[in-house]
Amino acid sequence: MSDQLLKVRDLKIGARVYPPGEKPHDIEIVHGVSFDLEKGKVLGLIGESGAGKSTIGLATMAYGRGGVEITGGEVWVNGREILHTSLRDLRKLRGTEVTYVSQSAAASFNPAKKIMEQVIEASVHAGKFSKKDAEARAVELFAKLGLPDPESIGNRYPHQVSGGQLQRCMTALALCPEPDLVVFDEPTTALDVTTQIDVLMAIKDAIRDTGVAALYITHDLAVVAQVSDEIMVLRMGDMVEHGTTDQIINAPVEDYTRDLVSVRSRQHEGKPPTDNPVMTIEHITARYKGTNFDVLHDVSMELHAGQTLAVVGESGSGKSTTARVMTGLLPAREGQIVFEGRTLSADLAGRSRDDLREIQMIYQMADVAMNPRQTVGTIIGRPLEFYFGMRGAEKRKRIEELLNDIEMGVEFKDRYPAELSGGQKQRVCIARALAAKPKIIICDEVTSALDPLVAEDILRLLHNLQKRENVAYLFITHDLATVRAIADSIAVMYQGRVVRYGPKADVLTPPFDDYTDLLLSSVPEMRLGWLEEVVEHRKMESAGN
Amino acid sequence: MPLLMKLLVQRIALGLLLLLLVSALIFWGTNILPGDVAQSILGQSATPEALANIREELGLNEPALSRYFDWLGGLAHGDLGTALTSGQDIASSLGSRLKNTLFLAFWAAVVAVPLAIFLGLLAVRYRERWPDKLISAITLASISVPEFLIGYILMYFIGVKLGWAPTVSMIHDGMTLGQKLSSIALPVAVLTMVVLAHMMRMTRAAILNVMQSAYIETAELKGLTMFTIIWRHAFPNSIAPIVNVVMLNLAYLVVGVVVVEVVFTYPGMGQYLVDHVSKRDVPVVQACGLIFAAVYIGLNMVADIVSILANPRLRHPK
Repeated sequence: MSDQLLKVRDLKIGARVYPPGEKPHDIEIVHGVSFDLEKGKVLGLIGESGAGKSTIGLATMAYGRGGVEITGGEVWVNGREILHTSLRDLRKLRGTEVTYVSQSAAASFNPAKKIMEQVIEASVHAGKFSKKDAEARAVELFAKLGLPDPESIGNRYPHQVSGGQLQRCMTALALCPEPDLVVFDEPTTALDVTTQIDVLMAIKDAIRDTGVAALYITHDLAVVAQVSDEIMVLRMGDMVEHGTTDQIINAPVEDYTRDLVSVRSRQHEGKPPTDNPVMTIEHITARYKGTNFDVLHDVSMELHAGQTLAVVGESGSGKSTTARVMTGLLPAREGQIVFEGRTLSADLAGRSRDDLREIQMIYQMADVAMNPRQTVGTIIGRPLEFYFGMRGAEKRKRIEELLNDIEMGVEFKDRYPAELSGGQKQRVCIARALAAKPKIIICDEVTSALDPLVAEDILRLLHNLQKRENVAYLFITHDLATVRAIADSIAVMYQGRVVRYGPKADVLTPPFDDYTDLLLSSVPEMRLGWLEEVVEHRKMESAGN
Repeated sequence: MPLLMKLLVQRIALGLLLLLLVSALIFWGTNILPGDVAQSILGQSATPEALANIREELGLNEPALSRYFDWLGGLAHGDLGTALTSGQDIASSLGSRLKNTLFLAFWAAVVAVPLAIFLGLLAVRYRERWPDKLISAITLASISVPEFLIGYILMYFIGVKLGWAPTVSMIHDGMTLGQKLSSIALPVAVLTMVVLAHMMRMTRAAILNVMQSAYIETAELKGLTMFTIIWRHAFPNSIAPIVNVVMLNLAYLVVGVVVVEVVFTYPGMGQYLVDHVSKRDVPVVQACGLIFAAVYIGLNMVADIVSILANPRLRHPK
C-alpha cells in the first residue's frame, strides 16, 4: 500500500442561501478542488473567509455544516471513497480515523461534562481503546501538549481551564483515538498572540511525535508557514496555488498569493505628539459594578488631533475598559478625563449631547452594531437627526456625501446590513461615526473580524479620513501588524496597567520591558523556522536566568 | 462552594418570604368577603345578641392583625383551626385528603414526566418528520380538550364500554397498592394527557435550542449516533428549562386536580375544598388555599434549585 492517505478529486460543495427579498436557492461554494495528502504530512489550507477552507476540511469527514451539501467529486480516505458510503460507515470514520479541532474550543466542549470524559469519548465509543487505556493515553497527550497537571486536568470542567489550555485539550481530544488525519480549523485564531505561540508549538510537536497527517486551515499565512509542509491557497471556492511552503512564501507565482504574502508590509511614519492634546485621561482607576477588584489601575494617556493612539495588549488587559471609561459608559472611580481643557463628567448621564457627539465608537462586530431592520441610509442618517436636527433634502445630501467618503456608492442607501459584505458593513459603521463630526473616534478591534486584504483597505480608509477630518483615533487592537500600519503613539496594556507608553518609534525600539518583549516576539513572522527560533530563544533565556 | 450556598440560601429564604406574604393575602382576602364567620354559622335569622356572643366566643372582635398572628401561630404548630360546619379539626380531616391528592399526583407524575421527556427526545430525533408531527398533534389535541370532557370520554369508553377500569375512583386505607392503582387508573390517564403537552414541547424546544451549539457538532464529528448525542450531550444542557416546566406541571397536578377529583369522585383535597366553598366554611378555604400555595411555591423553589445545581459553572467554580 502506498503512503497515500487522502485523495480529493474535483470536490464540489453547494449551499442553500436565503438572501433577503429573494427566494432561497442553491449556490456552489467550492468548485472542483483536488489535492492529495500523504501519511504524516501537513497541508495548509489558506484563504479569506468564504474561500471554502473549513468546508473542504469538513468534507474530508463527509460532513456539511448547516445547509452545506457535498454535490460532487470524490474523497478517498485510506483507499476508501467516503462520499457515497452509509452513515453507519461514516460514523466509524469520524472521530477515530479523521478527527477535527475547531476554532473555538470553548464552544466545542460540552459545558456539562468533564474534559476527560469528552476527550476519550470517541475512542471508547468506537471500541478502539478501553476506558482505562484511553484515559492513560489522554494523560500522556495532556503532558505532551504541555498542559499543567496532566494527571488531573481531565477531571475539570471546560470553564475551569483557560482558553489556551482548552484549545490544547481539544487537540488531545483529536489525537486520542490515534487518527490518521486531523483537521485543524483555525485552532489558534481566537487566542492571544502570546498564547498562540505555545499552542502552535504544542500542536506542531504533537503532529511530529504521533506521525499523524493534518489539514491546517487558517487565514494567517505567517502561522501556516510554521506548521505545514505544503500550502494550498484558496479563493472563493477555487484553488489558486498549491506548492511547498517554501515556494508559496518565498516564490509565489499567482498575484493573489503575492498579495497575501505582502499584506503585512504596510508601514506608517509615526507623527510626534502635539502640545495640545484633544483629550487626556489621568490616573484612571475603574471597576465593574458589583465586583470588588479594580480592572484599571492608574491609567493615563493622551489623544492628539489627527493622530492615532494604538492600545495593545491581550484579552482582559483593560483595553476596551479604557474605552468605556472615556465614553462615560463605565464611570471611573478615580482620575479624570479632560477634553479640550475642561473636565468631562465621568458618568454618561452627566455629559451634554454635544459632549457625546465628540466621542464616537466603531466596534469589532459591525454585524451586531447595526439594526438589521434599518437601511444603510437610516443607520447613517440617525446621528444627523440626533445631533444636528437634519431633515429631508439636507439629510439626504449629507448621507450621500458620507457614502462617498467611505468609498461606497449612493446606491447602497436603501440596502440592508444583511446584503453587505463584512468590509462594507464596517464602512457603514465608520460613516455613522463620522456623521457626528466627532473629534475622537474609538476603534475597538475594528479590523479583527475581517480578512487581511479587506482589513488593509479599511485601515487605508481610516487613515485617509483622519488626514482630512483631523480626527483623533483611539485604536484598540491585539494585532501588532495593525499597530505598525496605523499608530502614531502606542500604549501597551497588561493586567489593567499601562506598561509602556509613548511615540511609536520609542515603544517599538529596544530595550523592552519583559511584557512588551514577549508580546512583540510572539507576532508570527512570515518566514520558515520562525517558530523554532523563538521557542529556542526563550528556552535559552529562561535557562540563562 | 460559598457562591452556590449563597444562591441556594437566598432562593430558599425568598420562598419562605413569599409563603408568608401569600398567607397574609389569603387571610386578608377571606376577611374582606361580606359577612363574617358568625353570620355564616347563624344564618339569616341571627339576632344581634347571638352574633355578638359568637363573635366574642371566636375572638372575632380582636383586631385583624392579632387574629392573623394567632392563625399564623396555629399554623406553625400544625393547627389549621376548626371547620365551622362540622366542628372537626381541619388538620386531621385535611391530612388524609392531602395524602390522597398527593398519591394521585405522584402516580400521574411517575407516568407523565418520563413519558413527556421521552416523547420530547423522540420528537427531536425525528424533527420535522412524521413522528415529530404526530407527537405534537396528539399532545396538542389532548391539552386543548377540557379535562372533564376527557375524563367523561375515558370513563365512557374504557370504564363503561370496555370495563377495563372503575369509573369511580374511591380509595381507602384497607386497599392494597394494586387495588388503589387500578382504582385511580382513569384519573391518572386524564391528568397525564393534560400535562404531557407542555412538558414534551418544552423538552423538544430546549433540546433543539442546544442542538445548535458547536459542541453538538463536535459530538457528531466523533461519530456518535444521533440518540447518543441528544441524550448525552444535549439533554444535560437543557435540564434547567425542562425542570422548570416539569415543576409547574407537577404543581398543577396537586393544585389543579379539583375538576378531575370531582369528575371521578376521588376523596382528595379538591372534593373537600369544593364542598366547603359551597358551605362558606372560611377556615377550611383558608387552610386549603395555604396548602396549595405552599405546594406551588415549594415546587417552583425546587425547580430553581435544580436549575442552579444543573449549572456546572456554579457547581464547580474556578
